[in-house]
Amino acid sequence: MIPATHLIEATYIIAVVLFILSLKWLSSPATARHGVWAGEAGMLLAIIGTLMYHGIVDYKWIAIALVLGAIIGVPLGNVQMTAVPQRTALSHAFGALCVTLVGTAEFYLRTPNVSAFVMSVLSLEVILGGLTITGSLMAAGKLQEWLPQRPITYKGQNFVNLGMLAIAVVIAVMLVRNPGQTHLYPFMVGIALVFGVMMIIPIGGADMPTVISLLNSYAGLSAAAMGFVLNSKLLIVAGSLDGASGFILSVNMSKAMNRSFTNVLFGAFGQVQTSTAGAGEAKPVRSATPEEAAAILSAANKVAIVPGYGMAVAQAQHKVRELYDALTKRGVDVKFGIHPVAGRMPGHMNVLLAEADIPYDKLLEMDDMNSEMAQTDVALVIGANDVTNPAARTDPGSPIYGMPILDVDKARTVMVIKRSMSPGFAGIDNPLYYLDNTLMLFGDAKQFVNSIVRELTGAGGGH
Amino acid sequence: MVTPDLISSLYVFILAAFIGFEVIRRVSPLLHTPLMSLTNALDAIAVVGAIILAGERKSNLALIFGTIAIVAATSNIVGGFIITDRMLKMFKSSRTQKP
Repeated sequence: MIPATHLIEATYIIAVVLFILSLKWLSSPATARHGVWAGEAGMLLAIIGTLMYHGIVDYKWIAIALVLGAIIGVPLGNVQMTAVPQRTALSHAFGALCVTLVGTAEFYLRTPNVSAFVMSVLSLEVILGGLTITGSLMAAGKLQEWLPQRPITYKGQNFVNLGMLAIAVVIAVMLVRNPGQTHLYPFMVGIALVFGVMMIIPIGGADMPTVISLLNSYAGLSAAAMGFVLNSKLLIVAGSLDGASGFILSVNMSKAMNRSFTNVLFGAFGQVQTSTAGAGEAKPVRSATPEEAAAILSAANKVAIVPGYGMAVAQAQHKVRELYDALTKRGVDVKFGIHPVAGRMPGHMNVLLAEADIPYDKLLEMDDMNSEMAQTDVALVIGANDVTNPAARTDPGSPIYGMPILDVDKARTVMVIKRSMSPGFAGIDNPLYYLDNTLMLFGDAKQFVNSIVRELTGAGGGH
Repeated sequence: MVTPDLISSLYVFILAAFIGFEVIRRVSPLLHTPLMSLTNALDAIAVVGAIILAGERKSNLALIFGTIAIVAATSNIVGGFIITDRMLKMFKSSRTQKP
């Protein structure tokens, strides 16, 4: 007879293997769904294994909680694709909530007999967990537009934030030296919770991809720390996989915005927003009607569409698909150039365009798209702004100077669908709009694309 | 106070982090959103700690916190896997798509 503890460990080891395979299979869209199944199988095994644990005396609440969690999880798994960023932020909050609650309960169960090491990782666990809970809730609130999206900055903000974090660390050190000081513990968690809020206050929408990745990383690291506290290798592995994933994405995002990683780590986002707003001299722009835009598009051989968050806001992805169909039918080669930080989370645009049934091999990464830009007849920018701003290449005084962009200005003709000439969220003027080869298409993204599609299908002799 | 347990945990952590970097670096940016929702679901394996905490029932606090923690983690597991699969189902290549 195999002892139950060995059986449980066996399920955990298989789960770890399945988790790693799960991420490995995600490397290609062809095998990606196997990854989900592997993850599900590993999860199920690990939970069944845990339920066999002999120390469990009461199954009633576990069962209730599992059912309740599943009931909450189903609608969260079925949100609209445009709501995926806020859903993701919310799930980071839930993950961190789980970790922080378990860490807190463990502290009160074990105090004062906590070794210095365990107390250190436990502090790390609940500080990271705590700031991730409130930080992610704030991020979700901003993304859902329940909270004002404008970044709020004040003088000495970084000083206040880092000071708070320092106090939390000092309390942690005191607890490590004497874990019996239970009265200090709530302060440590409380400060972490407040810090999470303060950290997100200066964040604007354009910084969200970086922030979500960073919170993802924190959630993973806090889970790994929990693994150290509970001496669970399974948790350490899952937590470090998640932490590594979030870390890689954060680095990608900060590179794509030309921010140093330390700049991102210390939450010093949003300072870009305050500079160079409204250098508003009236420069001439050329605009075009849907009819003219349709004529130019249908005469093109190669079209590059550059989507941004504006496409998501206008829910225009399905209309964009119709445009793609209409142009493809006329033999026009249509590709999509996806900037890493377009949208509100990593990969956001890809998911929306995939939802609209646009084949993924037409979705090009920035560098691949740029290498084709010179041969492109028309670059059509839909709801994107800063990621196409040539000032990032040419103007050392620009706040986004050095940020890699999609070089739409190198296409023969640039068309930009935009509501008005008002500067974007970041408040940075975009010289692209005043170029000789740029045509502004003023209007709502969805309606404008729709008008172009009507022109194309109507003028082409119908369906 | 450096126990053999701790040392082996550190080894596991470091090796897992390396595997994580190597595996995740290969994930195409195309799939970065599903990557995040999938790792988030996997991260909710923290539920095993919560189950033991609630099940052992060593104190009322442990029971209450453990139960809430199970709810939070389970919603991430269920929601995370559902939405990841929904997203991945949508990604089609133009070769398989055209009838």
